[in-house]
Amino acid sequence: MTEKIHVSSAPHIRCDVTTARIMHDVIIALLPCGVCGVYLFGWRALWVMLTSVVTCVLTEYLFQKGMKRPVTVTDGSAIVTGLLLAYCMPASVPLYIPVLGGVFAILVVKQLFGGIGQNIMNPALAARCFLVISFAGRMTAYPFLRTVQPPVDLVSSATPLMDLKAGQAVDLWHMFLGTHSGCLGETSVAAVLIGAAYLFFRRVITWHIPVAYIGSTLVFCGVFAAFKGAVPADMTMATYLVAQACGGGLALGAFFMATDYVTCPITNGGRLVYGVLLGFLTAVFRVLGKSAEGVSFAIIIVNLLVPLIEKITMPRAFGKGGRAK
Amino acid sequence: MWRSFAHGVHVDGNKSLAADAVIREILPGKIVAYPLAQHIGRPASPIVSEGERVLVGQTIAQASAPVSADVVCAVSGTVKRVGAFLGVRGEMVDAIVVENDEQYETVENFGQHRDYTQLSPNEIRDLIKAAGIVGLGGAGFPTHIKLNPPEPEKIDTIIANGVECEPYLTTDYRLMMEQPEKIIRGLHIILSMFPNAKAVIAIEKNKPEAIRLLTEKVKNEPRISVAALKTKYPEGDERMLIHAVTGRYIHSAQLPAAVGCLVDNIATVVAIDEAVCDGLPLTHRVVTVSGDAVNEPCNLRVACGDLYSHVIEEAGGFKGEPKKVISGGPMMGLALFSLEIPVVKTSSCILAFAEDEVEESKTTACIHCGRCLRACPELLVPRSMHAAAQAEDFERFMALNGMECIECGSCTFVCPAKIPLTQSFQYARRKTKALLQVKTTKESGGEK
Repeated sequence: MTEKIHVSSAPHIRCDVTTARIMHDVIIALLPCGVCGVYLFGWRALWVMLTSVVTCVLTEYLFQKGMKRPVTVTDGSAIVTGLLLAYCMPASVPLYIPVLGGVFAILVVKQLFGGIGQNIMNPALAARCFLVISFAGRMTAYPFLRTVQPPVDLVSSATPLMDLKAGQAVDLWHMFLGTHSGCLGETSVAAVLIGAAYLFFRRVITWHIPVAYIGSTLVFCGVFAAFKGAVPADMTMATYLVAQACGGGLALGAFFMATDYVTCPITNGGRLVYGVLLGFLTAVFRVLGKSAEGVSFAIIIVNLLVPLIEKITMPRAFGKGGRAK
Repeated sequence: MWRSFAHGVHVDGNKSLAADAVIREILPGKIVAYPLAQHIGRPASPIVSEGERVLVGQTIAQASAPVSADVVCAVSGTVKRVGAFLGVRGEMVDAIVVENDEQYETVENFGQHRDYTQLSPNEIRDLIKAAGIVGLGGAGFPTHIKLNPPEPEKIDTIIANGVECEPYLTTDYRLMMEQPEKIIRGLHIILSMFPNAKAVIAIEKNKPEAIRLLTEKVKNEPRISVAALKTKYPEGDERMLIHAVTGRYIHSAQLPAAVGCLVDNIATVVAIDEAVCDGLPLTHRVVTVSGDAVNEPCNLRVACGDLYSHVIEEAGGFKGEPKKVISGGPMMGLALFSLEIPVVKTSSCILAFAEDEVEESKTTACIHCGRCLRACPELLVPRSMHAAAQAEDFERFMALNGMECIECGSCTFVCPAKIPLTQSFQYARRKTKALLQVKTTKESGGEK
C-alpha cells in the first residue's frame, strides 16, 4: 500500500466553497435583474446580455489559448463580467458596443493585468466607462420602456436621476420597481435586492460595503443638496434621498460591483472606509457634478485606492493588541 | 452567549464515528520503539544499551536538559538496538528499539498507591518528571516544567483542555466520559501546587454528555468548574482557549503563566493523576482510530512504542486501500507514507481516508476574497503572508506577524482557490527561525 498512499501538508480537508461556486452564486444572484431587464425593455435586452457574455467568455478563452496559459473560463468569472457589463448599458445599444466593451473588459482590464485576481479595476465598470467616453450618445440614450426596436436612433427619455437633476419630482414606487428608463439591468431596485439577499444567504458578500456605500451616499447627497439647494420644489429631503438611493446604478453597484472581491479591500475596516469613499465620490458626481450619474466612475477611482486602504486597515495580531470582531 | 474567540472556522466534526466506542486496551506488538524526542526541548539521553533486559515501568532514557523529558518502557524485553528508527515526520530519528518478551514483568514499586495530600509541590513535580509526562494534546511540552512557573502564587486559572476541536478525535471525550474521577483528582493535585488558583474544565458544546457529567461531578467542588464553549476550530489551541475562558490574550513569545493561566490537556491531567496517585508512569495513551477507510472506528489504550501497523491491525484493519493515512487530526495531522512508525506520547489519532480531498481540489488563482483573513484566529492576513513566503521575503513575513501563525490550517480550509497556505507558512516559519538563529549567532560572534 505504501506506493499508493498520498502524502501532503495539513490540513487534509477542505471546505466545499470554490471560486467557481462563488461565481455561480453571483450569476444566480444576477438573474432577477436580467429577467427584469427583459421584461422592461423586451427581447432586445436579452440579445445585449448574450452578446456581452459570449464576447467576454470567448475573449478570455482565445487570449488564454493564444498565450498558452491554462484556460479558466469554467470558473464563471467572465460570465459575471459579461452580465454586469450588459446590465450597465441601455438595451437600445447596437450590438457592436457590448462586443467592444466585452473585449476591453476581459482583454485590457483583466487579462493584461494577469487574469483573475490581478485586475486593479472592476472590468465591467472600467469597460462601461470606456464605452461612455467613446460612445457618449449611444450609451446615454435611454429607451422608453418596452419600445426598443433596433436599430433605434437616439430617441430617449430622461432617467429619474436626470429628472431629479433638472429639479423635477420623481415617482419613488416606479424607481423601486424599476419601471422607468435606464440601463437594462440596473433600473429595478427590487430585483437587485432579491439577488443581494441570495448573496448574503450564501455568504458571498458581507454587509460592510453595501451599508457603508449606500449610507454614506445618502449622507453626502443630503449635505451637498442642502448646501446647493438641489432638492426639487415638490419633494422633501427624505423623498429626495430615497430617490437618490433607488436611482441610477447605486443599488447594483453597491451590492454587485463594489463588492467584487478582487477590487475591494479584504479587511472589514477597509471595506467600511472604501464604502464611505465611494459614497463621497458618488455624491460629488451626482449632486455637484455635471452628470446625473456617478456610480461607475466612483467605483473605478476608489478601486485604485484599495492597496492604500488595506495598508492603513491591516488587523493587529492576536495577543499584540488585536481585538477584531 | 457561549464563550469563544474571534474568527476561526466551523468544521464538520465527524466525531460520531468513534464517540461511543468505549476505550479498549490492546497489547503491544513484538517490536516497540521509543524515539528519544517525543517532546519539545532537548531529546532524552538513553540509559540502557543494546542487549540489556528492560522491564515495564523502567526509565530507558532520561531528561538531558531542564526542558526535556524521561522516556518509560511499556513492555518487558530486550533492547534490540539504540539507533535510527522511522519517525512520524518521515525521517529517521534516534530511538530505543525493544523486543517485547510479552511477560510484562514490572519494576519494583510499579503501581504503588500514594496520597497526594501528603506530598509537597516539589515531590509531585518529581513524580511527574519521573513518569515522563508531557503535554498529551499534541505539543508535548514537559509537564514538570509547565507546573513550575516562576511565581506560582500568581497563577489563578488552571484550564483542563477538553475542547478536542480537531475533527474525528474522541480520546479526550472518552476519558471525560469514562474517568471523570481521575480528571477531578488530577486537577486537585495541580491545585495543591497553586494556592490561589481555580480549575476550569473547558468543553465545547458539541459534547453535551461530557458537559452534563462533569458539571454533575464538580457540583460540590468549590475550586473546580466546567466551562461550556461554542464549538469552533481551533478552540483547543492554548492561546484561543485562554482567551475563550478568561478573556486574556497572549502572543507567541509569552507563556500562559504570563497571564496567570496554566493549560493542561484532559489526557495529561489523567496521566498526572495516574503517576502521582497510582504510581503508574506514562507508558500508555488513548488513540482514536477513525476515518472512512477503517473497518471499526474505535478508541484504543495503546502502549507508547507500539507500531501504527500493529495498532491498525488490532483496531480491525482497513476497509480496502486507504488513499491517505494521517497521524493526528485532519486539520493539523501529518500524512504518513509508512505505518512502521511508533506511537509516541503525543499521538492522538490515526485517521485513514478512502479519498484524498486535497488531491481532488485544484489550486486556482487567489481572488482576494478575504476568507483567510476572516478565518485566522491569530488575526493575521494569510493572503499577504503567502505572497511574502512565495517571494522568500522573510523580513516582510515577520513584519506581517507570520511568526504568530499557529499553523492551525483554518485559512487553507476555507480558501476557495484551494491554495496550500499552511504549507507555505510552515516553510516560511522554519526558514525565518533559521535566519533569526543565524543572525543571533553572528551578532554574538561579532561582540567577541
